[in-house]
Amino acid sequence: MEQFAEILISAFLVIAGIFGLAGSYGLVKLRDTMQRLHAPTKATTLGVGGVLIASMLYFGLIRQSLSFHELLISIFLFLTAPITANFIAKTFLAQNVKPEDIPETDRAYGWAVYEDPPGGTGVEHEDQRGE
Amino acid sequence: MIEMALIFAMACYGAGLFFNLWRILRGPQAADRILALDTMVINAIALLILYGIKANTATYYEAAMLVAMVGFVSTVAYCRFLLRGDIIE
Repeated sequence: MEQFAEILISAFLVIAGIFGLAGSYGLVKLRDTMQRLHAPTKATTLGVGGVLIASMLYFGLIRQSLSFHELLISIFLFLTAPITANFIAKTFLAQNVKPEDIPETDRAYGWAVYEDPPGGTGVEHEDQRGE
Repeated sequence: MIEMALIFAMACYGAGLFFNLWRILRGPQAADRILALDTMVINAIALLILYGIKANTATYYEAAMLVAMVGFVSTVAYCRFLLRGDIIE
């Protein structure tokens, strides 16, 4: 049992290390900013997830003191990674791409990066939809 | 065996930190630098947890959690500053 737990934990650690390295290497290898956005936000989150699972298994199976702190960290990372990626993409769009170069939104309002949000409160929204 | 896997994973994340540093120094756009900094924070979290396993204490979870929160807030604040020229409107 001890042997099996050690193999499992080592496998998770090695997989996590490879994913982390791949995520950071993608940051160097890929050609432009939008491509580079792809590598770390996916692979590094998987890598940290693997490390956290390995840590949980280590303290649970070998040290006999199971805790769920690590799950808290991984939930936090899984929640914040898309928000961060969205913000970085918006920053890139606002600084480097002109509004003429990207397609129309086919809605009443344009891209949120370039234009102010429609209306101030929810009440005004309902009025506009009613018209 | 766990010891060797730990050293392997730490070496991987250490090399990852160097790649990120290269991107921060080089990166042509500000967005590249923010992305590299964010990845650096994530790698630092992984290193902290790996060190926690190696040192066999539970103290490092709190440190990793705090680093995760500070990293998220700083990334969002930097992006917001570049987008709107202001952090709290």
